[in-house]
Order: sequence, then C-alpha cells, then structure tokens
Amino acid sequence: MPQPVKVGLFVTCLVDLFRPTVGFAAVKLLEEAGCDVHVPVQQTCCGQPAWNSGDRADTADIAKQVIKAFEEFDYVVAPSGSCAGMLSKHYPELFDGVHVWGERSRAFAVKVHELVSFLTDVMGVEAVEAKLEATVTYHDSCAGLRELGVQAQPRKLLESVEGLRLKEMNNANVCCGFGGTFAVKYSDISNAIVTEKAGNIDKAEADLLLAGDLGCLLNMAGKLRRSGSKTQVRHVAEVLAGMTDAPPIGGKD
Amino acid sequence: MQTTSQKFKENAKAALANEQLQASLIHVRHNFIDKRAKAAAALPEFEALRDNAVAIKNHVLENLDAYLETFERNVIANGGKVHWAATAADARGLILDICRKAGARTVTKGKSMISEEIGLNEFLENSGIEPIETDLGEYIIQLRGESPSHIIAPAVHVNMDQVRDDFKRVHTHLPPERNMNEPESLLKEARSVLRDRFLSADVGLTGANFLVAETGSTVIVTNEGNGDLTQTLPRVHVVIASIEKIVPTLEDMSQIMRVLARSATGQEMSVYTTLSSGPKRKEDPDGPEEFHVVLLDNGRTDMLGTEFKDMLRCIRCGACMNHCPVYHAIGGHAYGWVYPGPMGSVLTPQFIGVEKGGQLPNASTFCGRCEEVCPMRIPLPKLMRHWREQEFTRHLTPPAQRRNLKAWAWLAKRPKLYRLATRLAARGLSILGGRRHRTSFLPMAGAWTRHRDMPTPEGATFLAQWKAGTARQGERKGTGGGRS
Ligand code: SF4
Repeated sequence: MPQPVKVGLFVTCLVDLFRPTVGFAAVKLLEEAGCDVHVPVQQTCCGQPAWNSGDRADTADIAKQVIKAFEEFDYVVAPSGSCAGMLSKHYPELFDGVHVWGERSRAFAVKVHELVSFLTDVMGVEAVEAKLEATVTYHDSCAGLRELGVQAQPRKLLESVEGLRLKEMNNANVCCGFGGTFAVKYSDISNAIVTEKAGNIDKAEADLLLAGDLGCLLNMAGKLRRSGSKTQVRHVAEVLAGMTDAPPIGGKD
Repeated sequence: MQTTSQKFKENAKAALANEQLQASLIHVRHNFIDKRAKAAAALPEFEALRDNAVAIKNHVLENLDAYLETFERNVIANGGKVHWAATAADARGLILDICRKAGARTVTKGKSMISEEIGLNEFLENSGIEPIETDLGEYIIQLRGESPSHIIAPAVHVNMDQVRDDFKRVHTHLPPERNMNEPESLLKEARSVLRDRFLSADVGLTGANFLVAETGSTVIVTNEGNGDLTQTLPRVHVVIASIEKIVPTLEDMSQIMRVLARSATGQEMSVYTTLSSGPKRKEDPDGPEEFHVVLLDNGRTDMLGTEFKDMLRCIRCGACMNHCPVYHAIGGHAYGWVYPGPMGSVLTPQFIGVEKGGQLPNASTFCGRCEEVCPMRIPLPKLMRHWREQEFTRHLTPPAQRRNLKAWAWLAKRPKLYRLATRLAARGLSILGGRRHRTSFLPMAGAWTRHRDMPTPEGATFLAQWKAGTARQGERKGTGGGRS
C-alpha cells in the first residue's frame, strides 16, 4: 500500500483563537481525502502582521520558526488563502538572496497550499459527502484569489454538496475591507468598504455567506450582525465537511 | 502643489461624509471597471501585449540616458529645443522664461499631470501670465479652484449641477436663459468659450504620454482634440514631460498605446493621438514657430536602481485607482497630493517624503486588484510595503502601533507563552461574547466595534482542543473534532 501523504496543518492564528471548528473541518476533509494530518504545536502565526507593517526582522524570525516546524511534511495546508499566500509567496521574497534561508524558504514554499485548492488540485477530490439545504453565496478573499488563483475550486466542491444552491453576489471578487490591521488603522474607510460588501451580500438573499479566510469572515459577519442582516456566516470548510452544528460566525439574530 | 497627505485620515473622513462626492464616485465604480473588462476580453492577446509593454519599458529604463540623448538630438534636428530640468523649480523657471521671451499673456494648456506636479498654474498666475486649461475636466476644476481628483478624469468628483452653476457664474457674457440641461449643451458652451482662448493664446503647453527617441516626437492622446488645438494654434509650443516617458521607436509607442486606452477607459484607442515633431516647416500650412521640450527629472533618477524602479513603468492610465476599493470609498483629493490611488500611494512618499506621505502606503488592504489590472504589471502592494519598511526602520511608525506590534511579535516567537496567552484570550472573549457569540464592545478595539460587531470564540482554542483530543487517542476522528 502506498504511504498516505503527510500533511502539516497550519491552523492559522485566527482559526486557532476564534473558530476552532474550521480547524477540525480541515482535518476531516484532509483525512477523508486520504491524508495523514499532523498539527505541530510549535505554530503561532504566519507573521503577516509584522510583514505588512514593515517589520522584516520579526517576520524573518517567525518565518524561520514556521519553516522549521513544517518542513518535514510532504505538504503544508492552511484553511486560509491569506496565510497560505504568506507562506508560499512572501517567505521566498522575505529571504530573497539570504544565505541558506533563501533556498530553504523556496523549497518550503512549493509544499504550501490553501485547503480547498489542495483538495481539488493536489488530492484530486471531485466531490464531498456533505448535505446542506441552503442557498449560499461565496466571497472570494483577495489573497486566495489573486495570489493563489483560488476561485473555481471552492465553487466546484460546493456544487457537490447535496441540497446546496450557490447564488453569486455582485462583485464577489472585490475586497471586503478587512486587510488585517487596515480594519483597525483605517476603520472608517474599512467600514465604507464592508458596508458596500454587506449590501451586495444582502442583495443575493442567500441563507449563508461563505469564504475561505477567517479574517474576511470576521469582518463581514461583524458588519452583517450589526446591520441586522438575515444572512449567516461560515467558513467554506465547515460546509464542505458537513460540520454545521456549531453556531455560525458571530451567532445569528 | 500644497500637500495634505499628512492629514489623510481627516481627509478620508470628510470624503466619506460628503454625499455629493459619494454619489459621483459610483460612476468610477461602475463605468471604468466594466469597460476595461470588456475591452480586455475582446482582445485575446491583451495579456501578451501587457508583457510586451513591460519589456519595452524595462529596456528603456536600463538605457534611459542613451535614449534621452537620442531624443534630444532628434528634437534639435527637427528644429526644436530640449531643456533639462532637475527639479520642479527648474522646470517652472524654464517655462516662465520661454513664455516671457514669447511675450505671452495667456497660455493654453492640454492636460498634463506634470504641470500639476510642479505647481505650474499658480506659479504662472503669480508671474502675471494666465494659464487656461482646455481639457473639459481640467477647465471645470480650474473654474472651481480645485485640483484633479483622478489622473484621467480630473473632475470625476464634480456633478452636472455643479458644472452648470460654475458656468453660470463665470460665463456671464452668455444669455442667462440658454439651455443648460444636457451634458451636450454644457460641452458646447465650454467649447465655444475655449475656442476664443485658443485663438488668443501666445503659448500652448501640453504634457506628453510618450517621447519617441528615434523621431524626436512627443505624443499626446486625448478624447477631446484639445491637445491638437493647444499645440498647433499658438506661436510657441512647450511640452513638459518627465524623463521616464521615453520609448525607443514609434513601433514601441504603438505597442504600449494598445494597452493604454483599454486600461484607462476601455476604448480601443483614444479619439485623438497627436504627434509633434518640431516647429512648423516652410511647407507646412500651420503649426507653432517654436517647439520646446522641458524634460523633468524631479527625483526620478533617484528611483532607478532602487526597489521603486518598477514604478517608473507607469503610463498614467488610472486603472489602479479605478479598481481600488479605497479610492472608491474616498476619491482622489483625500490622498492630498497630485497622484491619487495606488500609484499615488507609491509615488507621493517619493516626492514629498515618507514623513509626510507615509500614511498613503499604509492605507491599503493589499487586496491586489491594482496590480491585477495594471497594464505595466507594477507590483503596487509590494512597493507600498517597501515604504512601510522604510517607515519602520526609520522609526516613523506611530509609537503605539509599534509597541503593539513588537509585543505581539515577542509572543509569536515563544510558542509556549503564546499558547497560554491565546488560551486566556479565548476564554475571556468567549465569556464576553456569551450566547450571542459576538460583542459590540471590545476593550481596546473600539476602532473595530464602532462599525461592526466582533464575533467571539465558542470556547477553547483549536490547539488546546487538539492536544486534549490527541491525548485521548482515537476519540478525535468522527467526533466532530475532539470536543466531545
Ligand atoms: S500604476 Fe499601473 S494601473 Fe496605475 S496608472 Fe500607472 S500604469 Fe496605470
């Protein structure tokens, strides 16, 4: 029998703290796809807050820690396009021209994948065994979409969920205004952007809003709940794994 | 030009509260985006053209001095003059000199962002020369005493009612009962007013979209034809252009032109493309008697060989701002200097210093849409991040922010302590969120909860649960994640 592929799950700091369900959904999906899933406890965060604040030195320390904790696996998978993009695109940029770590970060980067695209593109998953009677709409988070090309993959797997209807919203691929610390540093502008997004979500009249990144989901859920919208919010992995028992992100009204 | 970039946050706040501006910005959001998408989709080789355009510019930037010298030689051979301006002040001085020698009282102007960059209008006025903008948008904002809020649609922030009021106020020689209800009637009125100005101007000043080395030509593209009139009617024609506008050949120019209008307005071509190659020759029926090109550096050679060199490929199409959610929310004036949007967020700190302009590269979600549509494939988010790095290393990042970041990084580098901290945070937050699973008041995160709720955790962190689950071997699988 061939050895199952060894996957290191990069949980992401937001999933770890705010939405453990997403982590467990990722584990379930990966195991069902035939992976042997490991969760190194040395992980904290991918370092993006430091990287986007211009703090190269701290980013490098954190990146080295991540690489050391994960490079033994065949693949590194994150339920987040943003963190997967950080690991696979920005680590090599961070260590560009740096002795040893340049090489090491590039070798590491090619193993890194965002969860849903890993399932479809690497593991060849065509359908999931899940059921959900609901109309859903899907938001394309920026990093997953533009850095990693995640767009068709989640839609394809969602279509295989029994009972689920996908209804596209207007401008699904436009930023929700989260942008990490941007949402706090420029909260008025962020609010204008997420207000526009919430309007598009509401117009789609879906039961459920899905996306692949918890940062965006916290932002959009926070706005939808504040504005009294009917649409509930979940990470796409929860639906694909059939794990929709936990309350939606930000609860319901 | 005066800068208010350091007050970006206040500017943005005012822009968000300005209902008229918000209504005008909807136009940017809908119009430009759909048109560009259609134009790109209609041309199968669009992506290849972009690559080609990038390659041409990269080659030029590697050999900038050689091409500029060729250009100068050819301009002289055509009977024109080239003036080199290292700084904005140099350029203003050179232009004033030319105007004075021509005995000019009025100067008509075709659209030129460079003249905004060097603050030319105000300078000419103070020197007793009247500058007259001839692009409709530029003309409108000149009447209003404003600056452009977009590089290709300078008056995109103004609506028709405002234009009507401005025209009523200024065009007092026209009958008050005239029809001013359709955009066409306003356009006609502007044309007829400007026609007289064209004829009476002594000097015509235009910008340039391209400078062609092999022919010594300057090239301007417009949709109104005002560029043509500006450069052919007056006795003296002055072109003010920055040095990175140079391309080697006419063929190169036409290659880049194919992505320019498509990226800007979704047109295949702008309506008018005008090449100027020197003054009127003996056999020409019309044209200027003198032809001057002022080549502006203003800090651009400092960008060569640095991480910001990619920015010199910019062809000022405006696609990045047309697709930027931050620009959509606040418009161009909030950026506080000549160039708005993502390209402005990279360029402005270069020109006015990162101390004054540092907010701009921070005010981005890094969504990457600007880079996605930029015909010259300029990695705008990456360049904004370079500015953030410069700020950070020079200790210009706001102290509180820096402290928070450092504290967080210290923790992130110590997994055991980090675990403990997140365990406590998860517990605290989930108590705060209670059964609603969210809070509308989060200590120290007022900026977040002012506008939206904060979803809270359901309980322990993933890693705490995972460890507990794996400790109880076998319970993990199929239990919905070891929380049983
Ligand atoms: S940065 Fe790119 S998209 Fe923006 S104006 Fe310049 S060429 Fe156009």
